[in-house]
Amino acid sequence: MARANNHLFNAMTGTHSATAARRRVRHVDWGAWVQLFLLILLLVVLLFPFYFMVTTSLKQQNDTFAIPPKIWFAPTLEHYTAVLQDQAGSVRTGLQNSIVVAVGTTLIALILGTPAAYVLARFEFRGKRDLWFWFISNRFISPIVVALPFFLIARDLKLLNTPTALMLIYLTFNVPLVIWLCLDQFRSIPTEIDEQAKVDGCNLFQTFFRINLPLAIPGVVVSAILCFIFSWNELLFALILNRGSGQTAPVQAANFMTGFGIKWGEMMATGTLIVLPVVIFAALVSRHLTRGLTMGAIK
Amino acid sequence: MTATASPLRVATLPRRWHFNWAAITMIAPAVLTLLLIGLYPLLFAVSLSFQKFQLNRPADNGMFVQFNNYQSVLQDDLFWSSLGRTMFMLIIVLIVQMLLGIGIALLIDGSRWKLMNWIVKIALVIPIAMTPAVVGLLGVLLFNREFGLINYALSFVGVAQISWLGDPTMAMVAVIITDLWQWTPFAALVMLSSLAIVPQDMVEAARLDTKNGWTIFRYVKLPYLMPGITAFMIIRTADVLKLFDMPFTLTRGGPGVSTELISLYIQRMGFRIFDMGVASAQAILLLILCIILSRTYIHFFYRAPETAE
Repeated sequence: MARANNHLFNAMTGTHSATAARRRVRHVDWGAWVQLFLLILLLVVLLFPFYFMVTTSLKQQNDTFAIPPKIWFAPTLEHYTAVLQDQAGSVRTGLQNSIVVAVGTTLIALILGTPAAYVLARFEFRGKRDLWFWFISNRFISPIVVALPFFLIARDLKLLNTPTALMLIYLTFNVPLVIWLCLDQFRSIPTEIDEQAKVDGCNLFQTFFRINLPLAIPGVVVSAILCFIFSWNELLFALILNRGSGQTAPVQAANFMTGFGIKWGEMMATGTLIVLPVVIFAALVSRHLTRGLTMGAIK
Repeated sequence: MTATASPLRVATLPRRWHFNWAAITMIAPAVLTLLLIGLYPLLFAVSLSFQKFQLNRPADNGMFVQFNNYQSVLQDDLFWSSLGRTMFMLIIVLIVQMLLGIGIALLIDGSRWKLMNWIVKIALVIPIAMTPAVVGLLGVLLFNREFGLINYALSFVGVAQISWLGDPTMAMVAVIITDLWQWTPFAALVMLSSLAIVPQDMVEAARLDTKNGWTIFRYVKLPYLMPGITAFMIIRTADVLKLFDMPFTLTRGGPGVSTELISLYIQRMGFRIFDMGVASAQAILLLILCIILSRTYIHFFYRAPETAE
């Protein structure tokens, strides 16, 4: 792009002779093919493990370890039916638990986070800076630090093995995330709109719900998807707080490593079932993922 | 890099905030929730770290033992070796990911294959989004000694079968490679967004002066990358200090304790050795490390919401 502009610039100002320009073009084309090669290589490295997981989950057990690997194989859904129709129903309950936890915590985080973000975007008050720092420093606290005491608290409150415990603990990273992403969005809404609403007799709640929140929907959706992804993927808290019937899907994936005779096909089928929804979501909000991960340090 | 990209508007709304109960009602639930689930457990952990607290021996739990737990942590070789391991991994991972990330970002930024760029940018997101626990499982399969595809691929260049997950050193290498695969794309995305703010006319002006790509990178582009580089490094530092999911499913700290990173060790201390007192002391020490890092990070990179004039 820049190079193309440069050519245009050179052509316009006539700084290069025609032959030099031609040589340059040929050079660029050669470089472009190298670029293409490197991009394809990068794409293969990035996608191969995902591709490998999906194909392994579709292979019959005796094709799984064929060396050289079978690129063409007769696909089977047997591993999927096995994990989903398991009499204990473990993977299915795991996925259900994960959905309940991830959706629940995301909704609570939005309910708590969006009004807070709005107030932070619109009001000045003493201690705002400290409050702000405290919100985002949650990103840096290792979950293991909170997990130990939270386990004892949840045990005393009889919350172990319930989705509630996980929904609550995931708020420690979801609420700050929502606040950050929505704060940015609210700030981009002109305050004149608020003033007009006030003149028209709206109180603060009405101004927020009826006017600002609908305008901030893009930011709200992005933060919701990121909350969902992070909660869905979480293992440490889930492993410590919920065993038995309350297990989430990542915990079940981890459980595949215990016991004898690992069922690779079923393991990969479970992995695919866990990963597929987040990969699709992440692709949808790919432009915002960096911002979500850095809590806004990078646009 | 911060909020300045969106046009700033000065908040001119009510300044008599101390009477504004509506605003307080809107912000209070979030603050109270975070106090309750974020701060309270932390304080609880601090108090635990001064107590004798063993899950499997509840009889004398709650006894105040002063700094005994901290003392035993500081004298614990396993604690220091797991911290050392984590630091070693951190340094390798930061350097390699940063260099590769810059390389990938420059490649995409300078490439004219528009469709390909678009596809690669979306593909970069996939490793990051993949559930780390599943990535670890996938690693178990790919790094398998007899039928893993990594050994198969290496056999073409004449490398004998490597016992990736059975050998202490190679297991660590496997953990590092897996982390590189999953998080180098993050470095690339951060660098790409940093490159997007390099003014094109500056690059073009520099091109008139020199044809040396390195000079242009070093003096024109790199200054714009610096905030992104540092942000990336500090975030990854926090992430590696809390890295748990992927090594847990990939090696479970093994063989022996050769890949037991600090989070894995604390988890084992608390939930498999059941000594919550000592585990809490370890966690608090880790937290202090995290706080120092996060303060550094916030100090250098975050801007508080703009103060209205």
